[in-house]
Amino acid sequence: MQAVLLIDFGSTYTKVTIVDLDSEEIIGTARAGTTIETNIMDGLKEALAQIPEPVEGWNFTRKLACSSAAGGLKMIASGLVKELTAEAARRAALGAGARLLQVFSYELTTQDIASIIHAQPDILLLAGGTDGGNKEVLLKNAEMLCGLPTSLPVVIAGNKVVSAQAADILRKRHDPVVVADNVMPELGVLAVESARLAIRDVFFTHIIKAKGLDKAEEFLERIMMPTPAAVLSAAELLAQGHGAERGMGELMIVDVGGATTDVHSIAKGDPSKPSVMRRGLPEPFAKRTVEGDLGMRYSSEALAETAGSRLIDYLGWTEDKVECQLGLCKEDPWRVPQTEEEVKFDVAMGRMAVSLAVDRHVGTIEVVYTPFGATYVQHGKDLTQLPVVIGTGGVLLYNPGASEILRGVVFNPEEPTILKPQKAEFYIDKEYILAAMGLLREVAPLVALRIMKKYVVKL
Amino acid sequence: MEQKTLVLGVIGSDVHAIGNRILDYAFTQAGFKVINIGVMATQEEFIHAAIETNADVLLVSSLYGHGELDCPGLREKCQETGIGNILMYVGGNLVVGKQDFESVKERFLAMGFDRVYPPGTMPETPIADLRKDLGMDLEI
Repeated sequence: MQAVLLIDFGSTYTKVTIVDLDSEEIIGTARAGTTIETNIMDGLKEALAQIPEPVEGWNFTRKLACSSAAGGLKMIASGLVKELTAEAARRAALGAGARLLQVFSYELTTQDIASIIHAQPDILLLAGGTDGGNKEVLLKNAEMLCGLPTSLPVVIAGNKVVSAQAADILRKRHDPVVVADNVMPELGVLAVESARLAIRDVFFTHIIKAKGLDKAEEFLERIMMPTPAAVLSAAELLAQGHGAERGMGELMIVDVGGATTDVHSIAKGDPSKPSVMRRGLPEPFAKRTVEGDLGMRYSSEALAETAGSRLIDYLGWTEDKVECQLGLCKEDPWRVPQTEEEVKFDVAMGRMAVSLAVDRHVGTIEVVYTPFGATYVQHGKDLTQLPVVIGTGGVLLYNPGASEILRGVVFNPEEPTILKPQKAEFYIDKEYILAAMGLLREVAPLVALRIMKKYVVKL
Repeated sequence: MEQKTLVLGVIGSDVHAIGNRILDYAFTQAGFKVINIGVMATQEEFIHAAIETNADVLLVSSLYGHGELDCPGLREKCQETGIGNILMYVGGNLVVGKQDFESVKERFLAMGFDRVYPPGTMPETPIADLRKDLGMDLEI
């Protein structure tokens, strides 16, 4: 047996997955509360103890981890124009698995600096200007950031002409300062890969230690990446395959959590009908969006507010009854549904979270009337033809109404401009292994792919 | 000499792509860095592109006769976003029907365009004007 230990230090739970590389099987999974305040190892040991140890003891060939503990990888990004370099910077940060606290555009003001101080990000991402384009914003923002009271890691991914100069300015105050390629080298060209890698690099050289996660690194080889980056990596592998082993093709992963709902799509999203024009920034093939106001527990109030009457209509309850149930969720974020009514409430909340998060993730189509007749303009990805949707995250794994919740991804004929999947088949990550497989991909991609194909099952 | 940057696009709900390609080619050949935002471009897209790329000129085409609806307010928006002094050229079939070009030109100059071109203008004309307006001939 070649056992590999894969760990996900989550914000609430530390999840452990042990796989056997030879048989390509999962030996066990377990979870225990994350213990960041005391020693991160306590929770890990507790989780590990739940998996029956073989008589000869564990002999792990690899021990890898990802983490979203201690608030995840908190980032603030800035760019020049909101729809252009600021949006490109946002996508780079999200693609790197960050929890994006704020995105600034144009020149940073003293108020912006104050809110950066207040938000306490782990990394700053500084963009602005196409290559050879605007130079002032990068230099001025670099100057402004020197006004921060403490040193922060900064990744620069703006106009290459002044990147080095901006880095020199920032180094007076901050360490490390890393220069990556411009997230928008030409207008309308998105190039987030270099910035993503730079963020990931800073994450494991600096952030792990700052968060007290390095205590685990004596036992582990390395905390390789933020958890969302691991999920995105697993999604890519599962979609595209590895070598001769085929993947599942274009797909979407919906992860409904207590605080956020994440949507990952691995798809081109090209128009499904002829004579449709695409506008706006090009979409990354592997795209991740995070909705901080759509969550089952910590963000339940915000979710109910956003869903509004849709939630009430769906449940068929009175407003007071919904209010009362929301109160319970707020009181106890750890709450597991006790009664059938509560199960129903969670289904409704999950359905709303999925529906709204996917609404925001997918593209839209609009009709524009020109003197030559109607033309269609598409923004974002057309996912109407997407064949596979995979559900993961607490409520989808433990609630018997998972398929009802997941149906929130489906195209709604009453909102025909929102390009959601029309005929996707539903799958579920029943062993909760996607993040672990993103990690395993680093050392054994073929095995990771085969395990996912085995354990991600049709709903 | 530093390469000059221009933002090229067809404004409004106008889908005339061929002239746009020809202009892209002609201005690129003439040594300009062309940021082509293509057809059906909004005023905001012109402005955003100019800000990010630090462009010197907005080159606005309108071929479908609705330029009089699509172009007003562009200069004001430029002023509002901090690029108020950018050069703005416009050309094409700017208005409905066959109208006296001098009066058309007057209307577009009043909107804040620096130069206005009638239908059938060859790219050489605005290229020569640009070189003059940007002081490029002096630098050689």
